[in-house]
Amino acid sequence: MTQEADIDIELYDILKSVPDPEIPVLSIIDLGVVRSAKLLPNHVAKVEITPTYSGCPAMDVIGDDIKTELQNHGYTPQVKLILSPAWTTDWMTEEGKQALKDYGIAPPMDATSDKDALLGNKRVIPCPQCESKNTRLVSQFASTACKAMFKCEDCEETFDYFKCLI
Amino acid sequence: MTNDNLIHYIYGIADNSLILGQRISELCGHGPTLETDIALTNIALDLLGQTRSYYKYVAELSPKDISEDDVAFLRTEREYKNVLLVEQPNTDFAYVIVRQYFFDVFHFMLLKELENSKNVNFQAIAKKSLKEVSYHKRFSGDWLKRLGDGTEESKLKAQQAVNDLWVYTDELFHMTANDKKVAEAGYGVDTTTLKVPYYETITALLKEATLDIPDTKYFQKGGKNGIHTEHMGYILSDMQYMQRTYPDMKW
Repeated sequence: MTQEADIDIELYDILKSVPDPEIPVLSIIDLGVVRSAKLLPNHVAKVEITPTYSGCPAMDVIGDDIKTELQNHGYTPQVKLILSPAWTTDWMTEEGKQALKDYGIAPPMDATSDKDALLGNKRVIPCPQCESKNTRLVSQFASTACKAMFKCEDCEETFDYFKCLI
Repeated sequence: MTNDNLIHYIYGIADNSLILGQRISELCGHGPTLETDIALTNIALDLLGQTRSYYKYVAELSPKDISEDDVAFLRTEREYKNVLLVEQPNTDFAYVIVRQYFFDVFHFMLLKELENSKNVNFQAIAKKSLKEVSYHKRFSGDWLKRLGDGTEESKLKAQQAVNDLWVYTDELFHMTANDKKVAEAGYGVDTTTLKVPYYETITALLKEATLDIPDTKYFQKGGKNGIHTEHMGYILSDMQYMQRTYPDMKW
């Protein structure tokens, strides 16, 4: 974990209930895009979020969903988009990784395995359906910028792999 | 160092991402295979996302009350400072890949330096973008190897694209007076230092792809000063159509 998110306990459960619009099994807290949430005087809740990818089209929706949820709980929301420090898959919680896997998306492996992949070495991404390690990369990019497409040679299913960003 | 210096410096970087992003977006739904179509669309999205971060910063720096959309959609052709390489048309898949690879290698090297800028906004955008551009470079490099070292037909087309686009590579290292000023202040990047490693990198890959290195000594330039090829007007009329037809329209 490069940097812990700084989230006030009063706001934690509210933010935890906001799902990622593209992967609804994942809460924005588990995804690691909420970097800080502070309760200020007069019920103002200030939340800082960071995009997974620069062009991530979900960020506007995430911002709006946070505002709505905080308003429903009587807070005046202030949502700010920050770029630094840049998001990394290391910020995804273990609970989040498990939710991804259950959903059929292979969760990001540890940082070194993707570094190997970038250097051209082979990396093994187990199939989220049948656990087989006999898989191959089909495409570096899949349904969204944050995923790559793999195929399992045993159960013959294609599956998404949530790419590591380190 | 004035805000105006910074704004013009940003145009020199961000306009490359915007125009290339727009170019690749044209392929959405037209890629040669589903995987390449999706990959190119994702790369376009990354580039447009990076552009947004730069233009937001321009809007902050500008004395006028403008938004990132004004910067993207309401400038005239001469005000865009992208290199000529990125506005070249999608002639065929080989052109798309060669153009992408020639740009990605440069883009990666530039961001690697911009990461150390004294300007915190540049640092943040560069750090974020680098993670994305690593994937772009790998995609275009892998495909270039496949095309060059592939069938007789793919090799022919890849070689043609390399020969035609080579003349646009030197401009990547062209520094305007403003670029020099911003680089000397420690905010920008002296791209002349990237030239040798750049050509080493791309020649090594072209050799691996069994392609010939063009021996052209003549290079095209002009984009960094706003003097574009005939293709630029068409991109802009397509891209700016909605804002020009319905000024201030919103989604």
